[in-house]
Amino acid sequence: PPAHSRNDWIGPPDKHSNLRPVIFYVPPEESPLERRLREARQEAQACNQHFWARHNCAFRQEKEEFIYSRLKAKGLEMRDETGQKATLNAEEMADFYKDFLSKNFRKHMQYNRDWYKRNFTITFLMGQVALARALRWLRWKKKNVGN
Amino acid sequence: GLFVWHLKNTGIRQIPCQFVHLCRVANDRLITFQYFNFLKRMYVTQYNKDLSQRAKPKSDSVASPFRELQQLDQEKKVIHKIRPISPVHQPLSETSSRNELREIKSAAETEDSGPPVRAESKEDRQWKEMKLRLDDLPGILARLSKIKLTALVVSTASAGFAMAPVPFDLMCFLLASLGTGLASCAANSINQFFEVPFDSNMNRTKNRPLVRGQISPLLAVCFAASCGVPGIALLTLGVNPLTGALGAFNIFLYTCCYTPMKRMSIANTWVGAVVGAIPPVMGWTAATGSLDAGALLLGGILYSWQFPHFNALSWGLREDYSRGGYCMMSVTHPGLCRRVALRHCLALIGLSTVAPVLDITTWTFPIISLPINLYISYLGFQFYRDADRSSSRKLFFCSLWHLPMLLLVMFTCKKSLLEKEDKGDLLGGNHGRAMEITLP
Repeated sequence: PPAHSRNDWIGPPDKHSNLRPVIFYVPPEESPLERRLREARQEAQACNQHFWARHNCAFRQEKEEFIYSRLKAKGLEMRDETGQKATLNAEEMADFYKDFLSKNFRKHMQYNRDWYKRNFTITFLMGQVALARALRWLRWKKKNVGN
Repeated sequence: GLFVWHLKNTGIRQIPCQFVHLCRVANDRLITFQYFNFLKRMYVTQYNKDLSQRAKPKSDSVASPFRELQQLDQEKKVIHKIRPISPVHQPLSETSSRNELREIKSAAETEDSGPPVRAESKEDRQWKEMKLRLDDLPGILARLSKIKLTALVVSTASAGFAMAPVPFDLMCFLLASLGTGLASCAANSINQFFEVPFDSNMNRTKNRPLVRGQISPLLAVCFAASCGVPGIALLTLGVNPLTGALGAFNIFLYTCCYTPMKRMSIANTWVGAVVGAIPPVMGWTAATGSLDAGALLLGGILYSWQFPHFNALSWGLREDYSRGGYCMMSVTHPGLCRRVALRHCLALIGLSTVAPVLDITTWTFPIISLPINLYISYLGFQFYRDADRSSSRKLFFCSLWHLPMLLLVMFTCKKSLLEKEDKGDLLGGNHGRAMEITLP
């Protein structure tokens, strides 16, 4: 993001986590409240990124292992004569999906709780910051009008 | 593979004659489905799906982005008009891009993500300033509130209003529709607010405004409040308290029960079906002011419809649900998924038969609706037996035209008030009045 910008910038989705990274703008006159907000957002971003990147990579890897083991059981190779990757049909993959979902259930429950808490906190802080800024602006307006 | 067609217009404008559908072979899709009581038109959207799973090695990072870009850049424009009587036309061509789609809320519980624009795919790769531009705001809010899905919810509520056995009150109708629409916008916005990281990971939903940072969560919540509060107030004060209460309850059910439950238990599907069934009940109570058997029947029809619709759709989205951590029947209890779909297809036949018993429609309704109900049950049976992608797709597409047709037939077979009055007179033994009329 350009140096003169006074806003946050959001980027393209991350390759592993599919989440969009945000670069936060730190204003020179940042109040403690605003700092708390920014740090909360940064922390949430880091946690989300960490969780989803790991989760998606685990998914891809386990999926591959599953396909490999199933193909082996069927006596097939990973690639057929033409060099194309051998695949399993949807019904065979269904077993994997069911398994993967149940294995990660606890992890998701924990993450959900975490995410909801963070989301509410951040939004509430945003509200407080917005209110503080509005009051500041009103005070400034009043001062100027007075002058 | 299937194609997704979606409307270019995002507003709730009345649709004239032709629609240009932008068919996008990208990772985002949306299902649009609009119907009018007097215009038989339907726009079907379909989604792309891989025909088979591919194992993608982790190191294969060069191939996949290229493929993704290819998909994103492809696009087709098709003009299509489907008559509800004829079966859904197959897409002209198929691609192998993947997509998923699904979110239940109302009659259509057909999800609806924002309309991805052609140029966006390239822009998507760039860093964007997180500054809200006022000209973008209407579009952003439309996508946040899932405006098309909202339109469908409002139409099912109107159907409920139309079927109520009372003289038509235009003012009441408009207030009820507006209130329902606002309530739906609020619920949808909160839903998106809760689901940001999950939406980012699913192809269908990754272009939503909150995911893309086009709007802040605070603004989303404020928007939801500014829609929900006036919406419910309008329903409570402008229509009647019962409708207002139902609207508020539905918002609560959708945002605080269904949305979190999606990640906790498969029971979310049943909750979602109730969410979809409530709008027509609201329409009915708006007209009559009370919860009659007729309201419950209409709600029951929509409730039953949700299952073949959603279960068939979710059959093709198992991978994304599994990865995203969503607990859906199609992933965890596939047998149950198909059984429930079939069960509710048959229930639709039963419910249609009950309609004349409750004096909502004449006996022509179950007779005329029998063919379409039998057809969807037949597809439901095929889905139950075969459990494969093609049968799930057939069932899903059938459900898209089945509902508007059913409601339309129901409306045309509605028992007129005059008939009812006559019946009432006869039953009351009021022969004197009848005599009066016949005398010159």
